[in-house]
Amino acid sequence: MAGTDIIIHDKKDNVGVVVIEKITPNQDCNCWIMENDDSTKIQSKNEIPLGHKIAMEDLKEGDTIIKYGHDIGKVVKPIKKGEHVHVHNVKTKKW
Amino acid sequence: MEIPKSFLGYKRENGRAGTRNHVIILPVDDISNACAEAVANNIKGTIALPHSYGRLQFGADLELHFRTMIGTGKNPNVAAVIVIGIEPKWTKRIVDAIAKTGKPVEGFSIEGVGDIDTIAKVSKKAQEFSMWASEIQREECPLSDLWISVKCGESDTTSGLASNPTVGNLMEKLEPFGVHLCFGETSELTGAETVCAKRGKTPEAQEKFMKTWNEYNDFILKEATNDLSESQPTAGNIAGGLTTIEEKAFGNFQKIGNLKFIDVLEPAEEPSKGKGLYFMDTSSAAAECVTLQAAGGFNIHLFPTGQGNIIGNPIEPVIKLTANPLTAKTMSEHIDVDVSKILSREMNLDQAGDELIKATIKVANGRLTCAEALGHKEFVMTKLYRSA
Repeated sequence: MAGTDIIIHDKKDNVGVVVIEKITPNQDCNCWIMENDDSTKIQSKNEIPLGHKIAMEDLKEGDTIIKYGHDIGKVVKPIKKGEHVHVHNVKTKKW
Repeated sequence: MEIPKSFLGYKRENGRAGTRNHVIILPVDDISNACAEAVANNIKGTIALPHSYGRLQFGADLELHFRTMIGTGKNPNVAAVIVIGIEPKWTKRIVDAIAKTGKPVEGFSIEGVGDIDTIAKVSKKAQEFSMWASEIQREECPLSDLWISVKCGESDTTSGLASNPTVGNLMEKLEPFGVHLCFGETSELTGAETVCAKRGKTPEAQEKFMKTWNEYNDFILKEATNDLSESQPTAGNIAGGLTTIEEKAFGNFQKIGNLKFIDVLEPAEEPSKGKGLYFMDTSSAAAECVTLQAAGGFNIHLFPTGQGNIIGNPIEPVIKLTANPLTAKTMSEHIDVDVSKILSREMNLDQAGDELIKATIKVANGRLTCAEALGHKEFVMTKLYRSA
């Protein structure tokens, strides 16, 4: 149970949320998937603070970010698996 | 955990019950604030609710003003009310509507009298109300006398991960007891609006929700200069890791658990279709939203926060919870319930929901919230458009 670094809401999600104070580059992280109580691993590429998202797979411009199993925005700059996902590479589809 | 079946509340004349026993001095308009505050300063056990509006409003905006004033006075957390306005007509309209609850209410107008004589007259009545209210004792009330409103603020990703689902867990556990529940924040459901609409219990409720959301969205598209990226998500949300309004919306939406809503309420409208969950059309600004929900008759509020919103309300106690371990540490005087152990998986959602239920009952029984102890009394009227 202890030692979860990243929580993923839904198994369909392509991003996870950092739940420790921060993860450092090249850290091997333990991920827990809430929906089905499964787990997986990922290696980080950047430093990512608490509450921020990490890409669970390679994403290209125009791809959709899935979190909670739902569309939460579009990729505006290519993102590699393990990279920080935030306002610099993802934008809302609403406006 | 076995859920307590009752709490200790103040039984009111109209059959409702309060978690608090306030005597309020309610100014009808901005220029009556000074008088109301002077009276509240004179007479202990009373609170003034100053605000910025109430003059030259018209149409739907004026109706909302009256609904908020009247609803605040009718709220069961209020034992007795004094209404002060510049003119007698609007003052009387508010007094007459509050009087229908059977609680003591009296109105005063300042024109032709002046502040000083009004303050003297009102203070005498306020003293009588305050001393009368101080004799009312708490009695055992069924859990169904709780009307619980919810709203989140300064959210971050920990809100969607843990503190909002904790509120959802409480809702799922308390709904069977016949509790009234209310969520709002029309703007912050943007991106999750169609998923939210499907939670309407009836096709009418679903259509009403989409109509309300579409009206809001049309207004935004008309008024926005470029986009809302500066306001939604807020700088605090972004610092906390929230990237888009859609992400914020799906996090927000976790607060209702797996429940369905019965009806869509106008801002400050009292529910009329019995127990269960309601959606109220509100702004997502914390103080405006809670003020409207209190005016709708809700008597206890749950407020999950990520980065640390500090809001309180003068009549409806606001219980704050956070799942962000940094916020729980750096802003501990604002946090009633710490559920950050969900993130380290030392606590599960079921346990967190139980903790929140325990805290809610304690506060319903009279324990001060952090916001009450710190003196937070944000009473903020919603204004729909400019005055005439």
